[in-house]
Amino acid sequence: MLLVIEQLLNGLQLGVTLFLMSAGLTLIFGIMRVINLAHGSFYMIGAYVAATVAARSGSFLLGLLVALPAAALVGMLVEIVVLRRLYKKDHVDQVLATFGLIMFFNELTRVVWGRQPLFMDVPSWLSGSVELIPGIPYPSYRIAVIGVGLLVAVFLYLMFTRTRIGMQIRAGASNRSMAGALGINIKLLYTLVFGLGTMLAGLAGVMAGPILAVEAGMGESILILTFVVIVIGGIGSVRGAFIGALLVGMIDTLGRAFLPAFFRLFLATAHADGVAASVASMSIYILMAIILVWRPKGLLPAHT
Amino acid sequence: MLKVEQIETFYGSSQALFGVSLEVREGEVVTLLGRNGMGKSTTIKSIMGLTPVTSGRITFNDKEIHALPSYRVARQGLGLVPEGRQIFPNLTVRENIMVGAAHYGGRKEPYTLAEALEIFPRLGERLNNYGNQLSGGEQQMLAVVRALMTTPKLLILDEATEGLAPLVRKEIWHGLGVLKARGQSILVIDKNLRALMTLADRHYIMEKGAVVWSGTTSEIADNEELKASYRGV
Ligand SMILES: Nc1ncnc2c1ncn2[C@@H]1O[C@H](COP(=O)(O)OP(=O)(O)O)[C@@H](O)[C@H]1O
Ligand SMILES: [Mg+2]
Repeated sequence: MLLVIEQLLNGLQLGVTLFLMSAGLTLIFGIMRVINLAHGSFYMIGAYVAATVAARSGSFLLGLLVALPAAALVGMLVEIVVLRRLYKKDHVDQVLATFGLIMFFNELTRVVWGRQPLFMDVPSWLSGSVELIPGIPYPSYRIAVIGVGLLVAVFLYLMFTRTRIGMQIRAGASNRSMAGALGINIKLLYTLVFGLGTMLAGLAGVMAGPILAVEAGMGESILILTFVVIVIGGIGSVRGAFIGALLVGMIDTLGRAFLPAFFRLFLATAHADGVAASVASMSIYILMAIILVWRPKGLLPAHT
Repeated sequence: MLKVEQIETFYGSSQALFGVSLEVREGEVVTLLGRNGMGKSTTIKSIMGLTPVTSGRITFNDKEIHALPSYRVARQGLGLVPEGRQIFPNLTVRENIMVGAAHYGGRKEPYTLAEALEIFPRLGERLNNYGNQLSGGEQQMLAVVRALMTTPKLLILDEATEGLAPLVRKEIWHGLGVLKARGQSILVIDKNLRALMTLADRHYIMEKGAVVWSGTTSEIADNEELKASYRGV
């Protein structure tokens, strides 16, 4: 029972991290109709910048405060220099160009930071653990990650439904030229949305820093999960991304934790562990297939 | 205030406008008449910066606008009610109204939501519905109010009564009459000349991408041939 709760929290933590990644990606795809494979690069940039600043200054918070605008600025620069040329091209061109960006950023980090992974410390004020439920200590840092992810979800919800810029983003997504004819500067809006998306990816990268190794290519492993999330949630839908991210986070975490025990019920241990590992790594794709059969456009497809 | 001089516009390699010229002065209601496919909407889209003009000149209050992106054209004080209404289906009525709200200098005071709704009170009851839940007539009223909220110096309407029931049309014409009485300059495309006769000051008739006739309402009233071909439905 204790293990179950702990694993549920782990799943939640992976889920909110995936949400930070997928919110930006689904917005960019839903609004600008561009497939941005390089979204994981901003996760990596966030992690590298934060790790570097935190190591130099000794302050995790300072690392975070520098990494967020850095990811947003690099994102906006990439939008202006590269992505703008791709909006009217077909998806193959977009995939090729943004794949090129992945290689560029991976190589760039090797040039700047070298081939050795960086390690980031959990800030001392979050290094303990908390008993959320009496008798079950859980690392404070992971609780903070969950809290930040949920706060971002609330922030995005309020931004889209309550603010003028949120309204304008939705209007531009549904009819770009009409929004322009009402005086809305769509180009600028797209650049800002892109910057917001890459900043959230950067935030996910910063928070993953103390949990994983900070290394070139770290963005790609999470990128695949992120694509699964936005397909499950419905492309273009931030709410869908939230639900999809929690589902994928839970299924992936719980599968890895509990499938071995399940298969050991009727298989020899060594064999059971092997089967369980493969089934666990397939589980989210199975989930995606089931959801797509049931709802081909995902759980909460965005308005067209 | 608006001067269009000899503009030419292409869709790809096919030419749609062959040197169109027209003018709207402060406080006027001007119509653009003509059968389907003659280039009326293209003229409007060219003015709004939605389709690029390849030659000619468009000025608004003496500022050249023909090379500006559409959002900057709008910010000069041109409010568009486009062909087909183009309501944002995923925004509520209130959001549709507020999304472009700005003060582009057409009146002393910008419109408030309540003031804009006075013209079409029916919309006030539907503020929380989504754009795609409205009837055609309500969508049309919403498109007018949405454009007004930008406080335009010149309001441009493209086929604002197309496909609507006669009573709803009357409601729209009435709304435009109220605006005219307040001094709003309006450029309007419509097929229904008879309804426009009481409202409009001057008219342009287009054929095959060019203006073939222009004159005042009394000149049309005296011209049996024109009245017969453009009396509308
Ligand atoms: N988006 C477009 N692409 C290509 N041709 C177009 C387009 N829009 C209009 N046209 C053509 O331009 C001409 C003028 O059309 P339009 O301005 O819509 O006429 P009107 O508004 O007077 O009915 C027509 O021949 C029409 O077929
Ligand atoms: Mg037309």
